[in-house]
Amino acid sequence: MSQRIVIVNTGCANISSVRFALERLGVTVEVSDQDSVIKAADKVFLPGVGTASAAMQSIHTKKLGATLQSLTQPVLGVCLGMQMMVQSSAESKMGDIDCLGLMPGQVKRLQANGQRLPHMGWNTVTSTGDNPLFAGIADHTYFYFVHSFAVPVYEDTLASCEYGQPFSAAIGHNNFYGVQFHPERSGDAGAQLLTNFVNL
Amino acid sequence: MLAKRIIPCLDVRDGKVVKGVQFRNHEIIGDIVPLAERYAQAGADELVFYDITASSDKRVVDKSWVSRIAQVIDIPFCVAGGIKSVEDAGRILEMGADKISINSPALTNPDLINQLHDVYGQQCVVIGIDSFYNEQNDRYEVYKFTGDESRTQQTRWQTVEWIKEVQSRGAGEIVLNCMNQDGVRQGYDVRQLTAVREACQIPLIASGGAGAIEHFRAVFEQADVDGALAASVFHKGIIDMQELKEYLSAAGIPMRKAHLRNKD
Repeated sequence: MSQRIVIVNTGCANISSVRFALERLGVTVEVSDQDSVIKAADKVFLPGVGTASAAMQSIHTKKLGATLQSLTQPVLGVCLGMQMMVQSSAESKMGDIDCLGLMPGQVKRLQANGQRLPHMGWNTVTSTGDNPLFAGIADHTYFYFVHSFAVPVYEDTLASCEYGQPFSAAIGHNNFYGVQFHPERSGDAGAQLLTNFVNL
Repeated sequence: MLAKRIIPCLDVRDGKVVKGVQFRNHEIIGDIVPLAERYAQAGADELVFYDITASSDKRVVDKSWVSRIAQVIDIPFCVAGGIKSVEDAGRILEMGADKISINSPALTNPDLINQLHDVYGQQCVVIGIDSFYNEQNDRYEVYKFTGDESRTQQTRWQTVEWIKEVQSRGAGEIVLNCMNQDGVRQGYDVRQLTAVREACQIPLIASGGAGAIEHFRAVFEQADVDGALAASVFHKGIIDMQELKEYLSAAGIPMRKAHLRNKD
């Protein structure tokens, strides 16, 4: 039976890339900002690039906060989409801003210890334990990252990466999953992860 | 560990990949999508598409190829050329490009960098800089409109000062094209790249001069750049991507290893 896969239209620029990556896997996807469509999906993607404050503003404008908070099916946040899933983000000119609070955690500026920001390029990811999201993906597999803020390693970390300091490359809590890297731009490794999520 | 990036650059005109001799007599070398796919499969870490389609005759330049590439490519790619406004950039990003690169328009209107940063985020704002070493005064000088010999002009900027300026305005990455080395395949301008590296706190990509695999090793080891861009050595088959990456990896330079997917 074919699944209903919905990408939440956050108004961000990488929606096409995520849609194309899923279509390459042979699944049909719908991009929507409608409450009823998002709630009826089997799997939900929450993409995002840009800044947390702009993206949260877009979610508030579209009145999607409550919709996303009510979801019980698997949801995957990508990059900024992942950062929006936790409680707060430091990526704002006015101090910490509230995020969606779908899971615990805070987004902090990467303390790269003298390394250059943004953290841009391919870096290795290692999962912290057995998790279906990383099935078939060996430790130290390369994924593509572009970011200057990150969630530190904590109890909901599913996989970690290191750039000056260790940080969460993937997080998970109940039905909510998030990846800091871009699976849609991470070659075969990214395709494997997307397949794993679709098959959850 | 963050890998160093190998970035093939493809020149595009009217949706075809071309190669030219000193910006003239462009010869079509193939359809853009299969070529892009081939580079991605060969292990390129990223691709840059430089649209050299002349926009001076006021027609709307067809950019639909960006979307066709985004559909098949599963590595990041950047589009350069002809992006003069936030709206131009938005169209390219919405079609699926990960980054946009601007050069002369940033020199004409530096505030464009701030606007792009504020609307689309630092991660997608790449600034291309054409830098020329002036032997007479021992300075690196920034040029603009280098795509058209008759319009090429020196700006008031010295390269390090312009790098600092674009960073303060929100650039996310710099591609430094060293004009003295461009097209001669005698090696990257390691001296210049080393000189600007300290001032450049964001990722720095070397461009211009690649002719042999040793040139890549030298620029990574000596200038500590984050990526190396090259065109003709890949198009002409002078350097094989996989061989290059194995050589650099053996030399201790971190290179991405491809994930072997279970095809079940």
